[in-house]
Amino acid sequence: MANPAAALEHHGHTPTTTGLDHRKVAIWAFIGSECMLFASLISTYLIYKGRSVKGPFPHEVCSPPVCDTVMKPILNIPVTSASTFVLLVSSLAMVLALAAVENADQPKHTLGEKILGSSRLWLFMTALLGTTFLGFQAFEFTSFVHEGLTIRTNLFGSSFFTLTGFHGAHVTAGVLWLLTLLAIDIRRGLKPKDALIVDIAALYWHFVDVVWIAIFTLVYLIH
Amino acid sequence: MAQPDAHVSHADHAALGEIKEHPTWSVYWKVAVILTLITAAEVWVYYIPSFVASHLFVPTLLILSALKFAIVVLFYMHLRYDHRLFRALFTGPLIIAMVTIVSLLFLFGHLAIHTH
Repeated sequence: MANPAAALEHHGHTPTTTGLDHRKVAIWAFIGSECMLFASLISTYLIYKGRSVKGPFPHEVCSPPVCDTVMKPILNIPVTSASTFVLLVSSLAMVLALAAVENADQPKHTLGEKILGSSRLWLFMTALLGTTFLGFQAFEFTSFVHEGLTIRTNLFGSSFFTLTGFHGAHVTAGVLWLLTLLAIDIRRGLKPKDALIVDIAALYWHFVDVVWIAIFTLVYLIH
Repeated sequence: MAQPDAHVSHADHAALGEIKEHPTWSVYWKVAVILTLITAAEVWVYYIPSFVASHLFVPTLLILSALKFAIVVLFYMHLRYDHRLFRALFTGPLIIAMVTIVSLLFLFGHLAIHTH
């Protein structure tokens, strides 16, 4: 087993001090650093959201003279609840894609087994649901701009668009990553030996989901 | 030449001794149902004015959110089943992140009391 080629065959990766694949250690370290990035963005939002000197405001009605006209609270909870549900379902699709790749060499007899075992289907569904989430975010941003809230309007707008924009950028990167995996799957098929590259993408995708879980509660629901 | 072999056998022990099998499809579906129910509960309490006005509103939402966070991390990200090094790499920065949020809120909230 001193031979790196033999170790690669045995473990699925080159020998390491910990016995763990460097790529998986790296993605967890990256996720840890991302936790701190989003903590700083969430903190900034929470500190600034109540300090705007003019509207629109997230949860409060804005009346003259602070606003030119009476403006209702700008956050749209039903739309955001729907997008949250979409992102949660995308996480389910992602774990099903990983499970399908891990079990790709097992025989599938029934229709249910074929559906559950189709990594292409679940990777496509995850990317589609991620894109749907981005569509909800584009709708939300557009409606906010039409209601007079931009990144330059007030402190709430600046911190809100920065936080949710960063998250949206992460979702976009995740969708591109998933589409790349889907292209590989279509071209040559993903086998159990490829489970790690899907696992790494899945970890990133679930992280994007857990960040949204925090944002949904702290930004949209609590006031 | 004995050292590399010893190194690999230690690696084998580390990898095989602490990594468990990932959950089955049925577990993933059950987790999804639980996450959906918790999200529905969060939105539901948001539309109860008397509950929103009470002191329980914010703690309830924070607990429900933390529960969802933990479920996704433990089951979908497989932290419950994976090597403890991954747990350390995630929980360490997560603790720093949470302390940062609480510290900044305390600091600026405290300052706000004095400035107003």
